[in-house]
Amino acid sequence: MTIRIYIPRDAAAVACGADDVAKAVVAAAAKAKVKAEVIRNGSRGMLWLEPLMEIEDNGVRYAFGPMNEAEAKKIVPLLAKSGAAKIKHALALGPTEDIPFFKKQTRLTFARCGLTDPVSLSDYKAHGGYKGLERALKLKPLEIVEEVTKSGLRGRGGAGFPTGIKWKTVLDTKDARKYIVCNADEGDSGTFADRMIMEGDPFVLVEGMTIAGIAVGATKGYIYLRSEYPHAEIALNEAIRHARGAGLLGPKVAGSNHAFDIEVRMGAGAYVCGEETSLLESLEGKRGLVRAKPPLPAHKGLFGKPTVINNVLSLAAVPYILAEGAQKYFDYGMGRSRGTMPIQLAGNIKHGGLFETAFGISLGELVDDIGGGTLTGRPVKAVQVGGPLGAYFPRGYFDTAFDYEAFAARDGLIGHAGVVVFDDTADMAKQARFAFHFCAAESCGKCTPCRIGAVRGRETMDKIIAGRDTGENLTVVEDLCNTMKFGSLCALGGFTPYPVMSALTHFPEDFGRARTLPAAAE
Amino acid sequence: MPAHEPWSEERTRAIVRAFTHLEGPLMPILHAVQETFGCVPEEAVPAIAHELNLSRAEVHGVVTFYHDFRREPAGQHVVKVCRAEACQAMGCEALVKRAEDRLGIECGGTTADGRVTFETIYCLGLCATGPSAMVDGKIIGRLNEAKLDKILAEAGA
Repeated sequence: MTIRIYIPRDAAAVACGADDVAKAVVAAAAKAKVKAEVIRNGSRGMLWLEPLMEIEDNGVRYAFGPMNEAEAKKIVPLLAKSGAAKIKHALALGPTEDIPFFKKQTRLTFARCGLTDPVSLSDYKAHGGYKGLERALKLKPLEIVEEVTKSGLRGRGGAGFPTGIKWKTVLDTKDARKYIVCNADEGDSGTFADRMIMEGDPFVLVEGMTIAGIAVGATKGYIYLRSEYPHAEIALNEAIRHARGAGLLGPKVAGSNHAFDIEVRMGAGAYVCGEETSLLESLEGKRGLVRAKPPLPAHKGLFGKPTVINNVLSLAAVPYILAEGAQKYFDYGMGRSRGTMPIQLAGNIKHGGLFETAFGISLGELVDDIGGGTLTGRPVKAVQVGGPLGAYFPRGYFDTAFDYEAFAARDGLIGHAGVVVFDDTADMAKQARFAFHFCAAESCGKCTPCRIGAVRGRETMDKIIAGRDTGENLTVVEDLCNTMKFGSLCALGGFTPYPVMSALTHFPEDFGRARTLPAAAE
Repeated sequence: MPAHEPWSEERTRAIVRAFTHLEGPLMPILHAVQETFGCVPEEAVPAIAHELNLSRAEVHGVVTFYHDFRREPAGQHVVKVCRAEACQAMGCEALVKRAEDRLGIECGGTTADGRVTFETIYCLGLCATGPSAMVDGKIIGRLNEAKLDKILAEAGA
């Protein structure tokens, strides 16, 4: 019997040597006369274990990791005599799905990621794929939109706007041509969920976009993908080609009267193109300048046509909602944050990776229990949630529930749910300087508060770090932040004050200012 | 590294025409031009503008807006190190300093012998296996001093 061995094609696994491990496994199997089939799956999301090799034994997958060529060559020959379950090895981790990090999750969007061959349509269908589209084709467009509205799904890119309401606006706007645009310009540091799902289960995004197209009456979809994700481009195009070949994209989607097709377009290294109107400009072949709103993209979006523009994770959540029903999705979560969130644990963390769970888990549980604290073993000083525009929270805020409103109440944001951990060697004044520096490097330049404010902010932080007129310069920084927050056209300039002000508020001693908050906050 | 063709106007116009059936074709065109010639040279701008019936200023604006598009070819090897927050938390700045010292250039430059271009990249999406780098298009995780030295040695620095 052929033994199935899984080694991820996910970029994080490849960056840690997965391709070399796969080659070593094939060679070792041939040499030891072990009949083995190597499947390049998506990542299971336990990135500290990558490359994670899984070997199937009686229908159960056993994990070995982090794998390397030398150890793979030792393990594979053992399969000639015994099943994976009985192999004793320092890197043996037991059944993959029993690993606590994996077991504690609620995987709705990422249900198939790591389980299947990402570009196999039959694998996708065998694991519940295209059930959402099947149901959508039996519903009226308005009924599809209502399902999404009832699920409570909010924009996973960071803004948290209700997806169903966006779709309803496009549905209600009459036009001969409409577009579905997927924002796959995942530029926030500490986030990689979009990349993982596009590489690990691209069909779920294709299906989600197809459902969106049918719901609002759009016939063309674009995926705007950042150029830093070449592996995702390959996986997406492969999936699109297979879907087209099977009639699931094209003039008659699944034999229906709906036409829908998808094209992948590459960005060119501009962070600001993750802002939706800047992204639309870029797709049109222009500089990625942010547009003033209104008009909303739902009324006048791509090429002036009504456009649904959603994040990868929002669209990838749709097949589940349609297949299982809105209520089932809504039942997860808390308050106005419904369903699950694929949270990304990153930076200086022992157990980094993707952890999909219902909203409501506390920040401390994520960092300390799930993530196991820092990789360096030093105390956690700060965590930045929500990318370069997210606030730095101290340990004192570890009781914050992972929820849009709970984070906002503490002057933070969950954004795209990236959690970046820093140990006590981090200098928060330098982090505040970086926030300005990043904004200056990536500003589209259209509005003055962002274009000038970021540069002046960086200069002023340099003076503070050098210890020059600290008190006065901190007043300048606070004033600049106020101007940027209320005067910028988009979230790049508008949210840069979050990391700056949170660093200053929670870690004043790093700025040469006495602590005024009670020490209990630590 | 793939060998790049010397710039030719004829070739540039042919590339443009291969994409004009697309909606908003400029970005795919610029990517293709750069892939072919290793950069988007100044001479390419009027040719692209003419084919697309755009002004030179419009095309120039797009070429210069995006970090990816080069005006001049890069060195033989391109080493990009991620310097965003998640990699900062794992000590990427010390590695950048080490590479700068060894190469004798600042991040963003090319060595005098044209062998290595060393650049900043903001986020490769490998934020749980940082610090991260991209070397001639190949991604590298868990970067450390030993790996960095090996990369630079292989690049001939």
